[in-house]
Amino acid sequence: MAHAPDQHSERPAILDQVRPAELPRSPLILNNRNFHWVTDKVCGIVEEPTPQWWKVTFLVALFIASFTFIGLGYLVSTGTGVWGLRSPVGWGWAIVNFVFWVGIGHAGTLISAILCLLRQKWRTSINRAAEAMTIFAVMCAGLFPLFHVGRVWFAWWLFPLPNQNGIWPQFRSPLEWDVFAVSTYFTVSTLFWYMGMIPDLGAIRDRATTWWRKAFYSVLAMGWRGGNRQWSNFEMAYLLLAGLSTPLVLSVHTIVSFDFAVSNVPGWHTTIFPPYFVAGAIFSGFAMVLTLMLPLRAIYRLHDVINQYHIDNMCKIILATGTMVGYAYGTEFFIAAYSGNSLEKFAFVNRAFGQYAWAYWIMVSCNVITPQLFWFKKIRENHSIVWIICLFVNVGMWFERFVITITSLANDYLPSSWGYYSPTIVDIFTFFGTFGFFSVLFLLFVRFLPLLPMAEVKSVSPSADPHAH
Amino acid sequence: MNERNERIYGVACTFRRPSDVYHAAEKVRDAGWKYWDVHTPFPIHGLDQAMGLPRSPVPRLTLLGGVTGFITGCLLTWYMNSYDYPLIVGGKPYWSPIFPFPVLYECTILFAAFGTFFGQFIFNRLPRHHHPLFDLPQFARVSDDTFMVVLEARDPHFHVDDSRNFLQSLGGQEITVIRD
Repeated sequence: MAHAPDQHSERPAILDQVRPAELPRSPLILNNRNFHWVTDKVCGIVEEPTPQWWKVTFLVALFIASFTFIGLGYLVSTGTGVWGLRSPVGWGWAIVNFVFWVGIGHAGTLISAILCLLRQKWRTSINRAAEAMTIFAVMCAGLFPLFHVGRVWFAWWLFPLPNQNGIWPQFRSPLEWDVFAVSTYFTVSTLFWYMGMIPDLGAIRDRATTWWRKAFYSVLAMGWRGGNRQWSNFEMAYLLLAGLSTPLVLSVHTIVSFDFAVSNVPGWHTTIFPPYFVAGAIFSGFAMVLTLMLPLRAIYRLHDVINQYHIDNMCKIILATGTMVGYAYGTEFFIAAYSGNSLEKFAFVNRAFGQYAWAYWIMVSCNVITPQLFWFKKIRENHSIVWIICLFVNVGMWFERFVITITSLANDYLPSSWGYYSPTIVDIFTFFGTFGFFSVLFLLFVRFLPLLPMAEVKSVSPSADPHAH
Repeated sequence: MNERNERIYGVACTFRRPSDVYHAAEKVRDAGWKYWDVHTPFPIHGLDQAMGLPRSPVPRLTLLGGVTGFITGCLLTWYMNSYDYPLIVGGKPYWSPIFPFPVLYECTILFAAFGTFFGQFIFNRLPRHHHPLFDLPQFARVSDDTFMVVLEARDPHFHVDDSRNFLQSLGGQEITVIRD
């Protein structure tokens, strides 16, 4: 110990020349694009004349959306009997579709909130579109339980509002928790999305050449001036909303899984449901983000801001969450066997080998096997294959909800009350139409609102660092 | 404050690079200015310290919102299921903080988010669609790729010519007087 101070004073001169190794970080914006390029690129999407592809896609989407509204109109005028719901399966496609769409939405919140808290800068290129996807997916999801109540004109009874009967909602029911969870989720996501958009709306306002565009974006931009005193509050509010959205998104799918887990039905009554549903939701949501962003990236030539690094990251998240989902499928089987409960054991053997085995194996192959291809760099770099795998994931996650909902209800305790559920054409059309409804909203977003968060993309570019030389 | 300043909002000057405006902000801060701002197209990391800004007060309203939300949730579930129309379901108590917890949780987050969202608008004094800065032609570029330091006339340090010279010494490019 005696020579320690000497060592300190005789610091080898070479140490002053030694620098920590510069670890190569993947650039988030390629080709050294400057701030003005980002503004031009994103505002250009809004400012250019409506492209032909947009008009055609919009009309097709409207046509598809009409299937939902005709289906729902028929349902309301006739009764819920037009869906394939009958004893013993009282929860059919409506619940499957609800969980499917809510799950899609979760990736948007993961990208905007959780990755923000984790300081993942790559999120900036995709978060705006992913948040828009969240909001529109929740709108599609909300349609199903809303109309599943049967008499949709009484749906407001779900909310704690005084009514003539003098009765109130029953707060011990997970379905009532769901009302609070999903409506809070929709509201908070919309606030977060809109607040994040204000500086970019201001940028479009400042470039506007026609009076109507100036007026429209001025109102939306709320008079944003980009002063650092404003940014300071804005950034704090943004961080807090991210911090609030994170427990919110986890709670929403947890509560959605409570719809099942709180019941006493074999195959539903498991504690693994909340984490397993959240992982599945993020898995399907990222697949949907890629399904939407890969074509948009090609159409608007966004290759410099959404580059291979972003796509790699999303593929890896799909791979990780897909593997978690696969692990959860295995755990469910293990716990069923380990529980020693014959009904629980039957529920799982029946899923894999019973009358819905076809659905189960579609689910396993799409959710567990296909994403494993993302281990390979070659696959991740081939964007057509990435897009196709993402479609498979979307299909697989729909089937996961189908398997969970339907198999447990169709074959529960008493074999004498078993049945086989199939959807009617009204079910199929109503669900098919929601893709059109979603696309209509998403196309309007692409056309009229800033697709990429310009301010955030600029702030992560190398030239935004005030200490750079 | 002299009479010349009465119809003047302030003096603005533009910068091209984040590092330039960052160092300019440090000098304005050190000169002891109180009413001034740096307008940027994106939040610059560390500019709050360079300007000497205090921590944003938005979290106070977030907390207020969250506490209000939790209490609202408690009162709502207690009043509806225990006081106004007592319900027995599953042999559970009329009210406990356990069974409606998801409702309390969501109400807390919802109200906290409202507090945050409206807090941002309240502390930023927005919406405000008229502002002297909007009349400045180069202000439109601030949301694109230009950075702007604005010294306001209501600051005791303000004097049109001195402030212009001060901004010139900071390395600003286009220096303009903003009329109110």
